[in-house]
Amino acid sequence: MHNELDITLENISKTEGHADLDVKVVGGKVTDVKLKISENKRFFTQAIRDKPLIGLPQLVSRICGTCSIAHLTCCTEAAERALEIVPSDQTMLFRKLSMYGLMIRDHAMHLYLFVLPDLFGKDSVLEFDESQHELVHQAFDVKGVGNNLSKIIAGRSVHATIPQIGSFSKIPKKDETDKIVKELKGVRSHVIELVDIFQKCNFEFKRSSNFVVLTTKDFSFLEGEIRSSTGTKVKESDYWDFLTRVVIPYSQATGFKFEGKEYMVGALSRLNLNKDALHKDTKRDLSDALKMFPSDNVYHNNLAQAIEILHSIDHSIELLEANEFKEESKPEVKIKEGQGIGVIEAPRGTLYYMLSVNSEGKIKFGNLVIPTAQNQIKMENDIRELIPQILDKNREEIELELEKLIRAYDPCMSCASHFLKVNWR
Amino acid sequence: MRRKLRIGWFSFTCCEDSTILFVELLNDKFFEWKDKIDFAYFRTIKRNNEISNLDVAFVEGAVSNCEEEKKLKEIRKNAKRLVAIGSCAVLGSPSNQRNFFDDERLKEIAFIIERFKLKEKVSSVSEVVYVDDTVSGCPMNEETFVTVLEKYMKEFGVV
Repeated sequence: MHNELDITLENISKTEGHADLDVKVVGGKVTDVKLKISENKRFFTQAIRDKPLIGLPQLVSRICGTCSIAHLTCCTEAAERALEIVPSDQTMLFRKLSMYGLMIRDHAMHLYLFVLPDLFGKDSVLEFDESQHELVHQAFDVKGVGNNLSKIIAGRSVHATIPQIGSFSKIPKKDETDKIVKELKGVRSHVIELVDIFQKCNFEFKRSSNFVVLTTKDFSFLEGEIRSSTGTKVKESDYWDFLTRVVIPYSQATGFKFEGKEYMVGALSRLNLNKDALHKDTKRDLSDALKMFPSDNVYHNNLAQAIEILHSIDHSIELLEANEFKEESKPEVKIKEGQGIGVIEAPRGTLYYMLSVNSEGKIKFGNLVIPTAQNQIKMENDIRELIPQILDKNREEIELELEKLIRAYDPCMSCASHFLKVNWR
Repeated sequence: MRRKLRIGWFSFTCCEDSTILFVELLNDKFFEWKDKIDFAYFRTIKRNNEISNLDVAFVEGAVSNCEEEKKLKEIRKNAKRLVAIGSCAVLGSPSNQRNFFDDERLKEIAFIIERFKLKEKVSSVSEVVYVDDTVSGCPMNEETFVTVLEKYMKEFGVV
């Protein structure tokens, strides 16, 4: 049992971006916990001001490598609302498919490459032995299908080139969509195995908390109503009014509270509050796993991500098989003064963009709320509560447990530290 | 048995888009590269990392504080070859966008620069250390990266 303990974890591995953790225990009591998002700021909030709105989605895509499509999509939605552009049904289908490609690739990277080594007690996927090689093949097959889906629909899986404000600049060909449907069907059984692994995983950390999520009717991450597990319902456009910014002096990311309290966003929130909206094939094949939700166990965020991969596959197959895509006229993009709000579910949770644009089509100001920043306060409070429960372990084990818990959130530090300073003019 | 190419993959100030592409390249290349490459430093996928005695260091991102500058110089000392990866490492952009801010914006961000001891100007990798090769693009061009990697596999007698 440690009565005195000083832990500094520098540059936590198997996450996206950079974060450090400081922990201090004095006389058996936790006296200090600092989760420091140390990713250096790139000042996007300032940089976007006076930039033309038309080029903005491509710039903000560069906030994050792994979930660039989420930033691109959310910014595009805000821009369309500012300019009063209504995208066609086909464009909305492409947008859903782009998000599904992202979810499959991004969740698969997190689960197979970042989390599975923790389950098997290995340092990394590079150390998996022969008996685990089949699983490694499955990992890269699943990730690859997500990558390919994004390429066909959006042009690239990172900093996509085809999505535009109001439309998609290229229509996928029939042979391309046929091929990807086959690939999607080919990895379904792998994902069901992955769900099984995480359903059987005995990692547990429970602490009651508030969950917040944009609930969508078809679980497509794009349009709907924001709900919390306390029963609050919020329109997309009103989300900011329910949030409080919390400056965390040692972190390069701002924290947030919802209705004045800590909360969690992400896959666990989506499953807790919206599992009935999952695709019927996903619900049919994962009925046992779905009984685990709602759940307060943070590690079930990983199970929820695995379930979302299958949903993304199943709904993509349906959308690709049921629709024939054709060239169509694009809505006119006419510059005007206005303000637009976009809210979507990014892989790590609710993402909010508010853009104000002047009569020349230039950004007056923008306000972004990032998933990992919203989870920051809960993550730190979880760590504070976990430490006394694991003080009887040795130092190495304690450090591993802390990293594991942080990793369960799938935090993305690149996103979180974009630097927010709101100028309400 | 042939030796493996001992590499490090490092990320500084950026969105880590090239890291993601590297991880995506593994979809097809994992089992081939696993036998040819010793991933000595790759924080994105492993916890125990070593910086010493690298054949090639791949460096993504721009340099925005003294710690990054120190780390980059340490990497250079430990690597026979160093490759700048992606637009932020090669050109500094877009992570160096604050270098072009007007006075109003600089005033707004001054307390952050101070609090986190950021450099006055963000640098590209070659402004800090000697760079042997570059793979440009935002994100990096995948084919160029594979060409450069294979070139070093030959140079270091791996293939």
